Amino acid sequence: MFGTLRKGFEFHLGTEIINIRIPSDGSRIDHELEASMIHVPFVSASVFCIHPRNDEMKHIVKIMALLVALSAIWISLLQISVIPDSYTWLLPLYFIITLGCYGLFMVGIGLMQFPTCPQEAILLQQDIIEAKDFLKTKGVDVGSD
Amino acid sequence: MENQQKEKSSAKYSIIVPTYNERLNIALIVYLIFKHLSGIDFEIIVVDDGSPDGTQDIVKQLQQVYGEDCILLRPRPKKLGLGTAYMHGLKHASGNFVVIMDADLSHHPKYLPSFIKKQMETGASIVTGTRYVKGGGVHGWNLMRKLTSRGANVLAQTFLWPGVSDLTGSFRLYRKSVLEDVISSCVSKGYVFQMEMIVRASRKGYHIEEVPITFVDRVYGSSKLGGSEIVEYLKGLLYLLFTT
Repeated sequence: MFGTLRKGFEFHLGTEIINIRIPSDGSRIDHELEASMIHVPFVSASVFCIHPRNDEMKHIVKIMALLVALSAIWISLLQISVIPDSYTWLLPLYFIITLGCYGLFMVGIGLMQFPTCPQEAILLQQDIIEAKDFLKTKGVDVGSD
Repeated sequence: MENQQKEKSSAKYSIIVPTYNERLNIALIVYLIFKHLSGIDFEIIVVDDGSPDGTQDIVKQLQQVYGEDCILLRPRPKKLGLGTAYMHGLKHASGNFVVIMDADLSHHPKYLPSFIKKQMETGASIVTGTRYVKGGGVHGWNLMRKLTSRGANVLAQTFLWPGVSDLTGSFRLYRKSVLEDVISSCVSKGYVFQMEMIVRASRKGYHIEEVPITFVDRVYGSSKLGGSEIVEYLKGLLYLLFTT
């Protein structure tokens, strides 16, 4: 498998891109090796993805990379103990709860602001009458539905 | 700029309308399309799935009025699904742009000029109608329906990052080559199919623009939104999450 590394997913907390060249074995499809490496104090996390060159990175890989990065930050916080450990252990829970609340909030906002158009129903009825009148004169059968 | 001018003068729009038991609505839709698209080169392709109510007879009468080169009737023997209906219509489309819309008048042809205008202004590959922005809207939905729609939308936005505000809408304008490319890679059924099309197109990097549309739901009460629909939706969401 012959591969060259393309710039993959990056984080601004000290990301490095690794350059890897793997000698060709004569296979006909070029593959690409994408890697993102995240450095935070005490922790390195990497996400690797090998995929055929004609595909873009799958969406799920982006999400996994994001989760891995967040986990790396969390683990490093545990190590360096800036925040008391009891709080740090609960951080993922807080994150999920916040995400849930955000989702509910967005649903609520969307529901309140849901655009409605009652006047369109009236305009539609007028259009229907106009259409029926015209089509009747042209001999199209627009009898009851 | 010159390319856009050339495209403007040679643009032809194939409007694919899948029908099943739309005897009255198809006549109304055809009238409204002709009313709002005067001066534009287009054709209407009616893909009827063997309607027992005589939809095809009405289409033949409409062909007498408007001309057989403007209204193409390309029926199929029985209900075979929406995705295949589009593919079937696509085979007979002679335009370089394709519009897909519903036949039950929930999509009003008066928005067609705004789709065309948006496409010409931006050179987009896909223009999709959205019911969820200002200028668009919905009528005939009760609170429960709005809630599920909004919830589904937030879920999809959070996990899929689709780049459009209305994922399940089916009122869209595609460049013909783009539709052919996207439709060949989609496998879902029903409204998940609409979601899959727009998400795949977004992943492939096609330029997608949005236009506000209004959606008048005339099928009060029989709007099928039970538990199985929700399960279908969630399964579709997971499928799209892992395969696009």
